[in-house]
Amino acid sequence: LRRQAERGREKKESSMADGEGNLKLLGLHVSPFALRVRMALGFKGVSYEYIEEDLFHKSELLLSSNPVHKKVPVLIHNGRPVCESLAVVQYVDEVWAGAGPDILPADPYQRAIARFWAAYIDDKLFPAWTGFMKAATEEVRGEKLKETHAAVQNLEKAFSESANGKAAFFGGDSIGYLDLALGCFLPWFGALRVMFGVEVIDAANAPLLAAWAERFGETAVAKEVLPEPDKALAYATKLKAYWASLNK
Amino acid sequence: MAEKGVKVFGMWASPMVVRVEWALRLKGVEYEYVDEDLANKSADLLRYNPVTKKVPVLVHDGKPIAESTIIVEYIDEAWKGEYPIMPADPYDRAQARFWARYADEKCNPALFPIFTATGEAQRKVVHEAQQCLKTLETALEGKKFFGGDDVGYLDIVLGWYAHWLPVIEEVTGASVVTDEALPLMKAWFDRFLAVDVVKAALPDKDKLLAANKARREQLLSA
Repeated sequence: LRRQAERGREKKESSMADGEGNLKLLGLHVSPFALRVRMALGFKGVSYEYIEEDLFHKSELLLSSNPVHKKVPVLIHNGRPVCESLAVVQYVDEVWAGAGPDILPADPYQRAIARFWAAYIDDKLFPAWTGFMKAATEEVRGEKLKETHAAVQNLEKAFSESANGKAAFFGGDSIGYLDLALGCFLPWFGALRVMFGVEVIDAANAPLLAAWAERFGETAVAKEVLPEPDKALAYATKLKAYWASLNK
Repeated sequence: MAEKGVKVFGMWASPMVVRVEWALRLKGVEYEYVDEDLANKSADLLRYNPVTKKVPVLVHDGKPIAESTIIVEYIDEAWKGEYPIMPADPYDRAQARFWARYADEKCNPALFPIFTATGEAQRKVVHEAQQCLKTLETALEGKKFFGGDDVGYLDIVLGWYAHWLPVIEEVTGASVVTDEALPLMKAWFDRFLAVDVVKAALPDKDKLLAANKARREQLLSA
């Protein structure tokens, strides 16, 4: 019974400063959007209560905290929910401005560039690679892969333009907003490699991003937060079964 | 040669462009407006926004920024000492960003089909659009503007509804934002359109009506 209760709790409390007690994050262990927020909180050294959601059986708390979308992540701070991963990351950056390095750059123009590419990632890259993963036909799969690679090419160019491609990360010497926005997909790109034998970030066509991906994976927040690709793979299998059942 | 000043690349009938102009006008920033023919885009536009090739693009001292909502936030930060556009409190900022994304990601796609829908299909898409706008309307409850007592970020982002939706309604015969369905939004339309900087940047309504009538006829006959 005790083991059941422990499993049921599924809470993780990190051991550091601030936030603890009045900060909850509703997430899914493989959701890239939830991972963004976890990385942002980790980056700032903010402690919080993590609640793993079962998206096939959404909790009352999730449904009431994000009634509009009913999605993770939801950050609940002092009882008030904040939704939409990029809005949450900016919120974390602003509320814990003193604690730890800035996530968004200080310069307004650099901030605009970071926001532009993060939005691009969500509006173009994400639908492309998830479309690829969900595709029912070879034809659609081919189309979506092309779109994915085209988006990656644009991001490769963006990286080459930031600090002339000489900095370690989009954020400069240390990671920032755009690194989090893209880095959260890495476990899934690993899963796609196994599922389909494709490289989303192909070292031949996107050498800067491929090198960036290696470096990102080695950062403290990535190591602490990002799951192994096989977790994404396992979840993808679960999703495929679910989509197949919908198509019946 | 250091390029100085503020340029806005736009198109006279584009609601997304007007967002940028409202933000600049609220800040009291002088700018040069460059009107684009979207069927024949200028070399400058393509150079400044090679990724999406769309308007609006803001060019500030030679540095380009695309995506209207991102441009508006930039304007707020670059001219920090002037009229505050984003809310001061981080939680309110997060809410404003949330609703802006909701509007652009969910409400706009819900509104577009109204343009060419007719009969029963129109009734259906109008209802869906109203549901979306009703959700958005909750962010207005108890306030004069989405930004509170004064126009703010979310008013700038959503404000195009106040001028363009009545045009769409007249052209299509649909009734979307009515006193019955969306009382708060309707009342906000009037308040928003009464603001001086808002009025100053709006395209001519008759011109907009004519252009939209023509466009609709073209699409329906295709």
